[in-house]
Amino acid sequence: MQERVPLPTSPPRQRRRWSYTRFQQRFAPYIFTSPFFVLFLIFGLFPLGFSLFLAFHLWNPLDGLGNWEYVGWENFQLALGARDQFWVALKNTVWIGLLSGVPQHLVALPLAFVINQSLRRWQGSISTILFLPYITNAVAITIVFGMLYSENLGLLNYALSAVGLGPVRWLALPELVPVSVAAVVFWRYVGWNVILYLSGLQAISEDVYEAATVDGASSAQKFFYITLPLLRPMMFYAFTLTIVGNMQLFEEPFIMVGQAGGSGGAALTSAMHIYNVAFRDLDMGYGSAMAWLLFLAIFVLSMVNNYLFSRGGGRQ
Amino acid sequence: MTTQPLETPLAAPRPPRRTARFPLGRVGLWIFVGLACFLSVIPFYLMFVWASLPGEQIFAVPPHLWFGDAFVGNFQKMMTATDNYALRQFWNSLYIASLSTVTTLFFCSLAGFAFAMYDFRGKGYLFGFILVTMLIPPLVMDIPSFLVMNNVLHWIGTPRTLWVPGMANAFGIFLMRQYIVSALPKSLIEAARLDGATEFGIYMKVVLPLIRPILATLGVVTFVGSWNNFKGALIMRLSEDSTMTLPLSLRRITGGAANINADWGATLMMVVLTVIPLLILFLFASRQVISGLTSGAVKD
Repeated sequence: MQERVPLPTSPPRQRRRWSYTRFQQRFAPYIFTSPFFVLFLIFGLFPLGFSLFLAFHLWNPLDGLGNWEYVGWENFQLALGARDQFWVALKNTVWIGLLSGVPQHLVALPLAFVINQSLRRWQGSISTILFLPYITNAVAITIVFGMLYSENLGLLNYALSAVGLGPVRWLALPELVPVSVAAVVFWRYVGWNVILYLSGLQAISEDVYEAATVDGASSAQKFFYITLPLLRPMMFYAFTLTIVGNMQLFEEPFIMVGQAGGSGGAALTSAMHIYNVAFRDLDMGYGSAMAWLLFLAIFVLSMVNNYLFSRGGGRQ
Repeated sequence: MTTQPLETPLAAPRPPRRTARFPLGRVGLWIFVGLACFLSVIPFYLMFVWASLPGEQIFAVPPHLWFGDAFVGNFQKMMTATDNYALRQFWNSLYIASLSTVTTLFFCSLAGFAFAMYDFRGKGYLFGFILVTMLIPPLVMDIPSFLVMNNVLHWIGTPRTLWVPGMANAFGIFLMRQYIVSALPKSLIEAARLDGATEFGIYMKVVLPLIRPILATLGVVTFVGSWNNFKGALIMRLSEDSTMTLPLSLRRITGGAANINADWGATLMMVVLTVIPLLILFLFASRQVISGLTSGAVKD
């Protein structure tokens, strides 16, 4: 048996209390993560508290810090009462959100399904093209859409009149303005949802479909009994993003029909209303109160979405 | 004994191919997908065509659908309409978006690295806290951040109002952490440490080069988000000719999308100017961005 050579003992560990190596190893993670917390304190937590404080005060920022007047729940009462546009704007927001959000998913889901099923080879190119609207500038593209909608000279009405239909006042009729705005939102985010659904579909194992094929399932059966249930988590995620995004809609209506929301204020969204109150009329307390109410509305809608998805589905 | 003919796997009929059953199915498929692609692209095409037409031809009947020769003329009109500030405004947008991107990539990857590779007291709570902040809708922050900028820091009207607050953001840290956890082994860090690297040195020399794909994703997302930040610039009053960003200038030059009397040649040129950097960025990085953005989407 070979004689074991005693291993050289490692030098005694340095027990210096303030070794730089040990110090930085110990505190590195705290230092590395601290920028977020410092920034969040200054630009997040403090402002949030400030805005909650302001929601109960009357204050014009030009009067300077400290010159606010406590008004209790008055801001909230004003918003929830009938005298203000709060409810009108909220209704517009939800309506435009539905008009753009529902078709978005009704189109994106089948689109992702057929691309995944039958056009695998082209998937990369197709998803790149469909993603293009997502990455564009809202102001720029809204201007282009506005030109398409133009009453006498727009391409859309030109095409309509070519098939014998009269010009449509896309941006003037209060019933049509939300549709016109929603179309831009729809256009921008369909591709994004297709990409989300595509990546969800790719996570579903091919074996499940093969097993179903062996059992004689039709394409429709596969879609409704395999694809939809297994896509639930991604649908929940995509729906949540749509709800949260649509409830804060600002640029598209603001550019399309102007700050006041167009004729009859039909496209005045909550975000625009809050902007007008806070930054045009400089009523910061009232604006803050409405921002918190809108936050509440977003929260409630997200919870409803959450409830609908967790119900009856087993896993979520 | 009943002798039912057993179907051997070999004898099993092949599932009918869909193309055979519905001869029109594949055509319909292509029409559906083709139409979607066409509608995605057509506004971009029109924007470029219009930018090349003299103002009066943009709304001509019948419409011009092919390029004209007024590209240079429209550029000059745009410069005139903005008192020669258009390129300055382009630069403002570029400056803000670039600073925002560089700082975001640095701080988010640093924090993501810490959350992915270290075990430290309170880590779970700190990361949980960061995730919770993602639930705050940006809209709630509009008023208070204006007030902090206006009444506390006196930064209103300056570019840093737009890039400083988001330097280290929850989404970026989350994205970075997810990637580093799945892509880098902890032993790598140990090895570098034994070689005598400092913790920051490990980040710079080992981690940063290895996370390039996700840096590209977050970089593009941040750049695009900052470049397109219209409401932020509006609220923070970047409203002087020389401090404006491009989207703000674009809104002013049209005076509303439905305004027939706007100088459409100049407007469309600026639309193109606003969109081109995004298209270039997209051309180079679209695949990367798409896969990076969706890689962590279902896991929560």
